Amino acid sequence: MNNQISISVNGIKHTLEPIAGETLSTLLRERLRLTGTKIGCGEAECGACTVLVDGEPIVSCIYPAERAGGKQITTIEGLAERIHEEMKLHPLQEAFVEHGAVQCGFCIPGQIMTAYALLKRNPNPNSEDIRFALKDTLCRCAGYPTIENAIIAAAHSLRTGKPIPQPHIPDSIHNHDVVGRTHLRPDAVEKVTGDAIYTDDLLFDGMLYAKARRAMIPHGILKKLDISKAKALSGVTAVLTAEDIPGEHNHGLVIYDWPTIVGIGERVRYVGDTLAIIAAETQQIAEQASALIEAEFDLQPVITNPVQARQAGQPQLHPNGNLLKHIKVRKGDLDVGFAKADVILEHTFHTPITDHAFLEPECSIAVPKPDGRMEIYVGSQIPYQDRTQVARVMGWEESRVRIVGQLMGGGFGGKEDVMGQIHVAMLANVTQRPVKLLFDRHESLLVHPKRHATQIRVKIGAMKNGRLVAVDTELYGDTGAYASLGEKVMTRATTHSAGPYDVPHVRADCYAMYTNNPPAGAFRGFGVTQSAFAVESMMDMLAEKLNIEPVELRRMNALHVGSITNTGQELRESVGLIECIDKVDAEMRRSNPHPFKPTIDSAQPNLVRAWGFASAYKNTGLGGGAPDISGAEVELYDDGMFEVRSSSAEMGQGLVSVMRMIVAEEMAVGPDKVRVLVMDTDLTPNGGPTTASRQTYVTGNASRYAAKTLRNAITAMLAEKYDVKPEQIKYKNGFVHANGHSMSYAEVAKEMKAMGQQPRALYEYEAPKTRPLGTGGDMHFAFSFGVQAAEVEVNTQTGEVRVLKVIAANDVGMAVNPLGLQGQVEGGVMMGLGNALTEEFIMDNGNVVTDHLARYRVPGIMLTPEITAIIVEHPTAEGPYGAKGVGEICSIPTTPAITNAIYNAVGVRIDRTPVDQELIAKTIWEREEEK
Amino acid sequence: MNLWQEFIRPATLSQALKAFAESRGPALPIAGGTDLMLDLAQGRHSPIHTLVDVTSIAEMTVLELRGDELFVGASVPVSRIVSDRLAGAHAQALTEACELIAGPQVRNVATLGGNVAHALPAADGTIALLALNAEAEIAGLYGIRRVPLNELFLGPGKSSLKHGEELLVGFYLPLSKLGQASCFKRIMRPQGVALPIINLAIWLESADDTVKQIRIAVGPGAPTPWRATEAEKLMTGKPMNEETINAGLDAVLAQIGFRSSPRRASADYRRHLVEGLFKDTLETAWQRAK
Repeated sequence: MNNQISISVNGIKHTLEPIAGETLSTLLRERLRLTGTKIGCGEAECGACTVLVDGEPIVSCIYPAERAGGKQITTIEGLAERIHEEMKLHPLQEAFVEHGAVQCGFCIPGQIMTAYALLKRNPNPNSEDIRFALKDTLCRCAGYPTIENAIIAAAHSLRTGKPIPQPHIPDSIHNHDVVGRTHLRPDAVEKVTGDAIYTDDLLFDGMLYAKARRAMIPHGILKKLDISKAKALSGVTAVLTAEDIPGEHNHGLVIYDWPTIVGIGERVRYVGDTLAIIAAETQQIAEQASALIEAEFDLQPVITNPVQARQAGQPQLHPNGNLLKHIKVRKGDLDVGFAKADVILEHTFHTPITDHAFLEPECSIAVPKPDGRMEIYVGSQIPYQDRTQVARVMGWEESRVRIVGQLMGGGFGGKEDVMGQIHVAMLANVTQRPVKLLFDRHESLLVHPKRHATQIRVKIGAMKNGRLVAVDTELYGDTGAYASLGEKVMTRATTHSAGPYDVPHVRADCYAMYTNNPPAGAFRGFGVTQSAFAVESMMDMLAEKLNIEPVELRRMNALHVGSITNTGQELRESVGLIECIDKVDAEMRRSNPHPFKPTIDSAQPNLVRAWGFASAYKNTGLGGGAPDISGAEVELYDDGMFEVRSSSAEMGQGLVSVMRMIVAEEMAVGPDKVRVLVMDTDLTPNGGPTTASRQTYVTGNASRYAAKTLRNAITAMLAEKYDVKPEQIKYKNGFVHANGHSMSYAEVAKEMKAMGQQPRALYEYEAPKTRPLGTGGDMHFAFSFGVQAAEVEVNTQTGEVRVLKVIAANDVGMAVNPLGLQGQVEGGVMMGLGNALTEEFIMDNGNVVTDHLARYRVPGIMLTPEITAIIVEHPTAEGPYGAKGVGEICSIPTTPAITNAIYNAVGVRIDRTPVDQELIAKTIWEREEEK
Repeated sequence: MNLWQEFIRPATLSQALKAFAESRGPALPIAGGTDLMLDLAQGRHSPIHTLVDVTSIAEMTVLELRGDELFVGASVPVSRIVSDRLAGAHAQALTEACELIAGPQVRNVATLGGNVAHALPAADGTIALLALNAEAEIAGLYGIRRVPLNELFLGPGKSSLKHGEELLVGFYLPLSKLGQASCFKRIMRPQGVALPIINLAIWLESADDTVKQIRIAVGPGAPTPWRATEAEKLMTGKPMNEETINAGLDAVLAQIGFRSSPRRASADYRRHLVEGLFKDTLETAWQRAK
């Protein structure tokens, strides 16, 4: 029964031959090239692939294509009207853009399609209706509040025919003409129409599909590998093993300890290790070939946690053993400190592995060029590092590799290590054809580096009046099979482990250990998420013991200008912590004057509410003595448009807006006169890694100084031309004014070229020097501060926890882009909430239990509390207009604020995340039974 | 490997049964496919030769009154059950259960037939149907047979349906009369697989202050979807008061076989939860019946 499939897609009729096993999403993406429909999980969990079938939203990734026969399909590409060449956005699309609901953009087609179906059915939805409809449409940037606002605004516009109501976002108190005011993202429109291209959306002639055969055992020596059956399979073009690696075998970000492919006689250290890579004519053939590869191992005992890894008699996973690094922080004299203490408390906390669950799984495409070079298309947080690592393994000069960065559907630290980049380069080199390696969600969960699981013991000493006198911490960090950024992450966990407080005597010891779990690396918060949970829980335990208000205890010990950090750094400026504490405190008490006392719901006495409070700080930039450098180039084109270029990564966080606004500010033009090009190692200067909340600061500065350099060149040229002093050249409203003349930038560009000058400027910005840990002085050039309060409702019967409200104040120095900042803060809070309540990457003796998105829950819109974002702006002199980082700090205090609130509500101290509702219920019922 | 070779979209039951009989390899019905497609894609189910799409079969997509019964076709998407007026009036527990299944995009394709055919002990739709005393209609080349719902289940994930020969056509539910009402509630945890820790449905008939009839279904109370028959017996004919409620609860606890599911809930936790859930559900159903 090979009936043809006749479908109408966005009003256009198609008649297609059925393909056995095809889903609707594959038909749309591969056959009709409607790539606006995204695949986030392939398991009906994330909603990114939502399309309408006869007006009803469905997940197209599990919808058999043949079932769509005879039906009307609407995809994201069908919403905007194209009138002649002009695109008229649907009000929903317009509202998503204007309300800042678009960040990485990968989930947006699914969000908009789901919302579109809702508005067709219900033109005036309230918040509850929207949450019900978007329940399972996940956004990992977690702009749920802005998404909700955008839908309400669009509904209003559709009902009344009036323009989209605008969001109310206050400007920065340090605002300028452009920076510090709300401007829209340059990539927002393409992201709401489905035109935005991510790596998996690219198609090259003759492209092959790759698959990596994973070890799927946690620890063993590879004894035998038989690839003959895979090679013999029709449609397979290459099967490569470790023997085929042309250059160095290992890759890595700091330490080259991660085998590109594990060879015979070599050690498999985790389930995701690669044994062979395959290129084939289709994805299916590649997968089939992978299954035909036979491997034999000499299985070894598994190291499942970092404490075990440090014990005597354990197998040693690397040549230097299992200890990646023993990290030490020493300040003052601990014995002297504890001798002064009236109260000493000690407690141990545990945090699990967690996954970034960026909605776009990893994808790399290598394209060999006739001149012998290799282009690699990939969404990467560190394009130049990718280039280095690929070239090293290929045995090539770096210049032979070009990384062409693509839009990224989220990163959060999880796209810093190379995943498929080297594998596709090897396969493309051998086959001389383009090769794509796309991870499905399963592979993404198995393979890429995670957040470190930790065990953190905190011993804290204070005087009766609340003054902290000593903090002693011991941390174990599970860096998994390979180092990735483990040493750096656990260093940050350690240096921040006594909290954002002025403590005279501190000792911290951290053991970053190799295990047979998936590697752990960078993840928003960079270790501080874990240590903040421990120390901020401890602060509340101490407050109770001392009978001092938790807020007051934090305020009296808070870092301030003049404080010395635990690593011996004097804070000379930009310490907004106390203002953050005060503002959150005031806002919290506005709704409840006794926030930490439990309130029992009068209608349902098993529901108890209370607030919790937590503070944190987080460095901006690499620090620790690492040169922190970013390059940017600004060019003026003949048409008067500027372009700013840097290899720094845009992963949804909004760097492109920041760069554009800064150049517009410096050149006195509107942001629409500035294009942004990022992430291309041929075309953009090295912006360094997009990590450590550093890009607004370093690439912001590089963009700013590049623009200033270009402006100075223009000034010099025009001063000479008109024979006036440079001060008399004025830049205003998109024109350059000199001696009564007014020139457009198009004219300036022509003039410069006529004078033999190139209208462009490159600037390599180097942030203030920092010092390594243990040497005293400035370990970091700036810190951001954050305070959050969370109100929770605990069901004393079931132990269930709901977060009702979160108030988040962040000292960001200066809000360059207030609309983007709002989205970052809300998303950070939601990621923190997931860390507290829903997320746990579960291992079972080295095997991954949470190997599908259905088993690893990230928070959806239903869990979104009311979030109040308060911006505090204590400028840092070197930062662009005073700005410092925000990407991480906004996510760090959320978890302890929630767990402290749970304690305040029901008296159950959570010392292990995520919160276990069964433990809460059990503790309560056992307490009742004792009475 | 393709997950399937042939995809057939019959318009009638007899065409569907014929397609099974004529398939050149293993054949399965597919309704919403929200579980089957994943089982196939993730290798939990061996590849299938023929998928018989049952979502266009007229007999299976109706939701209507038939005499003194409500018929819910096995292929009716659960989202339609949620918004259906008849279902709301006669099978409120079912409506409530369907509203809680997955998310809206999945509810638009997922079906009650699929929910029941998987024979999971805590499937929301199944637990509601059980309390509502549903009967299943099954079609085979032999014709049509009707069985009480609980006779369908053999073990966890195992039903008595003959795969590739029989089809679950739909469900018959008695109409709700004056004094009768139902309610469904469940408790989840925010981590891990989105299966309820515990779910519970109660149908009852009140006469003044007396429990005239009651049916209580609890998941996962046993390897198969389970009814608290002892508690039902004990409460029938008793006045609705504290004593009856507590006696009913004790009977549920005495009869039920909760187990510990790793990373979901211990048996102890379930025993604790069932207390509140039983009382809440009973209270709501009782109020509705009055």
